[in-house]
Amino acid sequence: MSATSASATASTAPGPDNALRELLTSVDRGRQRKNRTMTGLVWAAFFLAMTPLFSLLWTVLSHGLAKFTPYFLLHSMRNVSGGMDAGGAYHAIAGTLLITLGTTVISVPIGLLAAIYLVEYGKGPLARAVTFFVDVMTGIPSIVAGLFAFAVFAIFFGPGVRLGVMGSVALALLMIPVVVRSSEEMLRLVPNELREAAYALGVPKWLTIVKVVLRTSVAGLTTSVLLAVARVIGETAPLLIAVGTTASINFNLFAGRMMTLPVFIYDQYHQGPARCARNATNCLVSINLDRAWAAALTLLLIVVILNLVGRLVTWLFAPKLR
Amino acid sequence: MVSAPTLDASKAPRGGDSSGPRKTRARGVPERGMSRVFRWAATAAGVLLLVVLAAVAVFLLIRGWAAITASDATLQSEGNLPPGAHNLAGYIGPLIFGTLIAAALALVMATPVAVGIALFVSHYAPRRVAGAVGFVIDLLAAIPSVVFGLWGAQILAPRIAPLWQWVADVLSVIPGVTVRATATGRSMATTALVLAIMILPIITAVSREVFKQTPHLHQEAALALGATRWEVIRMAVLPFGRSGVVSAAMLGLGRALGETMAVLMVLSTSSGTGYSFQIFDSGVLQTIAANIAAKFPDSSGLAVNTLIATGLALFVITMAVNMLARWIVSRRNEFSGAN
Repeated sequence: MSATSASATASTAPGPDNALRELLTSVDRGRQRKNRTMTGLVWAAFFLAMTPLFSLLWTVLSHGLAKFTPYFLLHSMRNVSGGMDAGGAYHAIAGTLLITLGTTVISVPIGLLAAIYLVEYGKGPLARAVTFFVDVMTGIPSIVAGLFAFAVFAIFFGPGVRLGVMGSVALALLMIPVVVRSSEEMLRLVPNELREAAYALGVPKWLTIVKVVLRTSVAGLTTSVLLAVARVIGETAPLLIAVGTTASINFNLFAGRMMTLPVFIYDQYHQGPARCARNATNCLVSINLDRAWAAALTLLLIVVILNLVGRLVTWLFAPKLR
Repeated sequence: MVSAPTLDASKAPRGGDSSGPRKTRARGVPERGMSRVFRWAATAAGVLLLVVLAAVAVFLLIRGWAAITASDATLQSEGNLPPGAHNLAGYIGPLIFGTLIAAALALVMATPVAVGIALFVSHYAPRRVAGAVGFVIDLLAAIPSVVFGLWGAQILAPRIAPLWQWVADVLSVIPGVTVRATATGRSMATTALVLAIMILPIITAVSREVFKQTPHLHQEAALALGATRWEVIRMAVLPFGRSGVVSAAMLGLGRALGETMAVLMVLSTSSGTGYSFQIFDSGVLQTIAANIAAKFPDSSGLAVNTLIATGLALFVITMAVNMLARWIVSRRNEFSGAN
């Protein structure tokens, strides 16, 4: 069609046709300039956002690697003082892992059951209220979660109480809504045909949920739990309030203060440059900051590994639903 | 349905627990044993979430009550109020002011960039690049706030101080205005910049979803009229996504209001005592969350109650912002032109 019309017009009047084509295909200058400016701005926004990210990753790597040694990972801060070139984050790593484990133990059953409620049972105003307030709960300030844990435990144990399990409770308050949100999405991905096939075989609803729905979505659920853990493992403020700080190793969630990696970073940063005697050996002015950067690198590695493993699980074990 | 009541009444004794008049059709076998247990467990978990949210408010109120009801004299002697504050309102007011300033500045800086990135991902970038950008933005969201704080205080603050100094000098040219700037760079402006970087991912993620939902027919209609790419975005994408961007910004605002560690580490710790717009100066403004984190470990007695009362104020503000944002989102979903 275009060929015939083009040949027809070309044979009759080449001049005005070219002008017409020019008019139809080109954009006038002002609009074109605006379009180009905006394209440039959008690309600029992208590069603007990348700058801090890469600056941050680079600094953590370059500052953190110096002290990031097996010694650092396997020693606590007990009996380390002043500018001693010693001490590590073992107690903080242990505390972070234990408290996060406690958080997971609290959050996963509640979060998963609430997600099952929303997907399989939820109807009417109650389900709408739960959906709405789960979304609202994702916005609870982390420090408020810490204050909440303190307020609850202070009633039973008095106002000076600092326990690892308080940190678990505070973090659970932040983790549960994340678990509910993401596992709800995973459960909704399970096709209804599978449920109906189970019902047609006379399988009761709860067994359908346990054996069909949960089993189909187990990879996705694992991912959502891992990502939620990665999200709360870096929380600092609630742990500062509820768990406190210590220099020693404490493996007991139910007795005494514990150190955690994020709080360790803050604590070391907060101590600032160390004071050294004039010609003291084994004394580094910058030792506290060095430890803070190395701990930041450790924490960042844990978060990145959790994220990668989470994504790998989906990629490797997701059921083929076709 | 209409003639149901008599029939239903006769069935009710046999049919199990519920006997509402609307049930004309039997719902199959009534749930027994594990099925019922499972339903109750799931429902209980849902209800528990609501209870916990209410409990947060109640417990903060209980622990903060002593400070709320204490007389001004007791508060001043035992409540560890900073100099200049004579009662609870005089203490919380400047803190709320500082919190709002920090969050608003962060929002003003983050929203345009976030919208730009969202447009970049949804309309400008090649498909493969868009996927990579999404991953990088997720990575930005995964970085712990304490690491942001460390970076902001150690790396960003000294480097950005000259810029703030220059801005302050330029603004001071205006007659009647004196803008002070700190040489350390650890000012509210730097804090807000770090907060802006931290809330960028959430605003980007929500806006990106909204922009992707723009009806293709609208965009193609605009293209058919000869619109350039920017005109398509301005005429079809942005009007469609406006409420989505607004709620995304409010979610970011909620995040910025409650952020603790970045503020605590970038600002030098001092409590704000007045209402001041000296955002380039240090030691003037402070936020609620950072104030709690800085003072809580060393506080006891009434001082703790006072801090919890400020926490309650923070909780109320963030909940209000979040509920408003979520309400806009849910309203938008119901009346969206996309479906």
